[in-house]
Amino acid sequence: MKKTALTIDDSKTMRDMVSFTLKNAGYDVVEAENGQLGLDKITGASFDVIITDVNMPVMDGITFTREARKRAEAKTTPILILTTESGADIKNEGRSAGATGWIVKPFNPEKLLQVVEKVCGS
Amino acid sequence: MSDPMEQFKVIFFEECSDLLISLEEGLMQLQAGDSDEEVVHSVFRAVHSIKGGAGAFGFDRLVSFAHIQETLLDDIRSGALEMEPAYIAVLLQAFDILSELVGAAQRGEEVADDLGSDVAKAMKAILDQTGVPMAQKDEPAPASEPEVDTDIAEKNMRLFRISFKPYEELFQRANEPILLIRELGTLGDLTVTLDVSDVPDIEEMEAEHAYFSWDFSLITEYDEAAIREVFEFVEDDCDLQITDHGVYLSPEAFVEDAQAGLFEDIEDEPDVSKTQKAVKAAKPGETVVSQSIRVELDKVDTLVNMVGELVITQAMLREQGGELLVEQYPNLVQGIEDLSRHIRDLQDCVMAIRAQPVKSVFSRMPRLIRELTATLGKKACLVMSGEETEVDKTVTERIGDPLMHMIRNSVDHGLEMPDVRAKAGKNEEGIINLSAFHRGGRIFIEIEDDGAGINKKVVLEKAIANGLVSPDANLSDEEINNLIFMPGFSTAESVTNVSGRGVGMDVVRKNIQSLGGRISIRSVEGKGSKFTMSLPLTLAVMDGMVVDIGPEKYVLPLANIIQTLRPGKEDVNSLPDGRNVMMFRGEYILLVPLYDLYHIENAIENPCEGLVVVVEGDGGVLMGFIVDDLVNQQQVVIKSLESNYALVEGVSGATILGNGRVSLIVDISTIQDMSANQSREFQSALPETNKISPQAQISSEIH
Repeated sequence: MKKTALTIDDSKTMRDMVSFTLKNAGYDVVEAENGQLGLDKITGASFDVIITDVNMPVMDGITFTREARKRAEAKTTPILILTTESGADIKNEGRSAGATGWIVKPFNPEKLLQVVEKVCGS
Repeated sequence: MSDPMEQFKVIFFEECSDLLISLEEGLMQLQAGDSDEEVVHSVFRAVHSIKGGAGAFGFDRLVSFAHIQETLLDDIRSGALEMEPAYIAVLLQAFDILSELVGAAQRGEEVADDLGSDVAKAMKAILDQTGVPMAQKDEPAPASEPEVDTDIAEKNMRLFRISFKPYEELFQRANEPILLIRELGTLGDLTVTLDVSDVPDIEEMEAEHAYFSWDFSLITEYDEAAIREVFEFVEDDCDLQITDHGVYLSPEAFVEDAQAGLFEDIEDEPDVSKTQKAVKAAKPGETVVSQSIRVELDKVDTLVNMVGELVITQAMLREQGGELLVEQYPNLVQGIEDLSRHIRDLQDCVMAIRAQPVKSVFSRMPRLIRELTATLGKKACLVMSGEETEVDKTVTERIGDPLMHMIRNSVDHGLEMPDVRAKAGKNEEGIINLSAFHRGGRIFIEIEDDGAGINKKVVLEKAIANGLVSPDANLSDEEINNLIFMPGFSTAESVTNVSGRGVGMDVVRKNIQSLGGRISIRSVEGKGSKFTMSLPLTLAVMDGMVVDIGPEKYVLPLANIIQTLRPGKEDVNSLPDGRNVMMFRGEYILLVPLYDLYHIENAIENPCEGLVVVVEGDGGVLMGFIVDDLVNQQQVVIKSLESNYALVEGVSGATILGNGRVSLIVDISTIQDMSANQSREFQSALPETNKISPQAQISSEIH
């Protein structure tokens, strides 16, 4: 069965790149433009992995992660934070919100796949 | 289909133009005095997104410029910087530069090196007002981030042991141990052991609790950093220990290595966890560089005994070989010499197997100090050194109690109460120094305190009151100090439940002497006391002096011998009870007729015709043993008489001399008691018909 991924990013470039990379690797990909829309997509769905940006309008990625962990559908779904910040702060914020891991930008398709496979298997 | 990255670039630039428009709009709003928070956020996000995309495509100039702009906006949105009109002017200028950089990137044009440098400088100047220099703020991630794949550290394969115990949080963050283990397996040859010992009964099990832990052995060409990277997301959500066991050897090389390490470390008490590890290590497909092996103590003792026999045989060979003429059999004589040397080396090696660091004993002391200080209301700290000093296992087993007793004494009697110490100008906290070291083939253990020292006046009074010394005795300081080792002596004004009930230092001294050791004390009133124990490294071998008594040979422990001399007639006097004393170093010492105690016939009875060996007994008491002659000084292998024959009074053990004959080792402590009680008890206890020496008796029964 095909695995499904949710990518949440306000940047179309980023969404496209994540989406393209994962589709090439055999995933079904759903896109959302911010955390709130991401939460909407989760409802009633079951994703194998969620990749979210941090800085987004309406609802940021950290809040999204915290909220998603409260939902039965996403309680055990790996959530990866996509961030340009390489510092420890944002990682820790993500961790305490319940994020599984992080991907440090700049975007690199190989690295994305590697981390996605690390947390949800290949 | 064209390169996807080129497609993304197209999308990126489309997005950039949207973002630049919203960025400009936002800045205009801010300039118009609209300080809505969401406007600041959107401006920030626009720059942030441009930077993020630019990084993916390697537009470094764009990234580094956007980074400064982003940092400034981040400070404004987080409130670290108060928005000022002047900043908006700078931000608008920055917008222009950003647009230009985006345009240049889109067209693939080079930009002038100094483009935007003044604006960047202006933004940095604003940032510097926050007190955090720009340099310390997040630097943009380099466009070419180092590859995730860690470089192969060495061509050599290394063995790592990894223990991994996930916490609940690991699962709460949707990490999955199985995936981590799989990833670990991609690094090399992985052996996985699941530990389910924490899993409770099913009634007590909580669904969200983490119970499993794992041990891994990984043979890999990667380094530790690569292993850590596997656990990158979970390192704070688990107990992770990675130990590098060094270069992994092929099985062939392993055999050699294991043999070299065969005698390095043997522990005798089976420890369940270690046994389990040993079992794991034995799994097929996993070869481990072993640092130690476990051997039953019996086997080691058998080995020690056999080497002992070898030493005896060697001594015999040497004694008889010594009669051969070197000219006649040069190679044989040389061979015997070599053999002796090798056997001595072998003996050292075997003895080393039984050696253990005194740490096992010392490690009990800190707790003792804590308990004592709590009970007594004193303050003390324990300083230990030389814990790694090795000593025979029997010594470590039997030194524990005396040592604890002495520490108790030091804290109870030695250290003063904190207020007393403070008055004396000392730190309220007393210091107990416990140290061990090797010197001259013996191990020394010292216990030093900075307490009150021994109050000689009190000690002397007590000793006189207890009838241990006569009131008119003129004792040196050292002798007074040594009184505390006398049986039935206790200085504590009241008997405390911590130490001292009259059985005290005399028992300590006896225990130490039974190990072939000695104890001495040095004490300065008001400054503290220092107890020094010296112990033999091994109890299986002893340096002895072989002496002739009549036709028999006895061994005296060399450690106790002070001097050997032939007294003049004028030095020897008789006491009314028939015992003889001899003047030695200005004092009378008791002459002990060993020939009499051991019922040896045809021995020299007159000390002036034979020799007197002056030995030190318990409590530093000197005695003169009358012997016929000295034979030689040699290392003797001690054999227990009790386990091989029967307990014989006055004898601590037996040994076999080079001529193959059994020789008894004189037990100085018992001889002292026997002669001090003036008694012929030993003699009279034996049936009249049985008045032959124990040695003769043993010899007759053996042969």
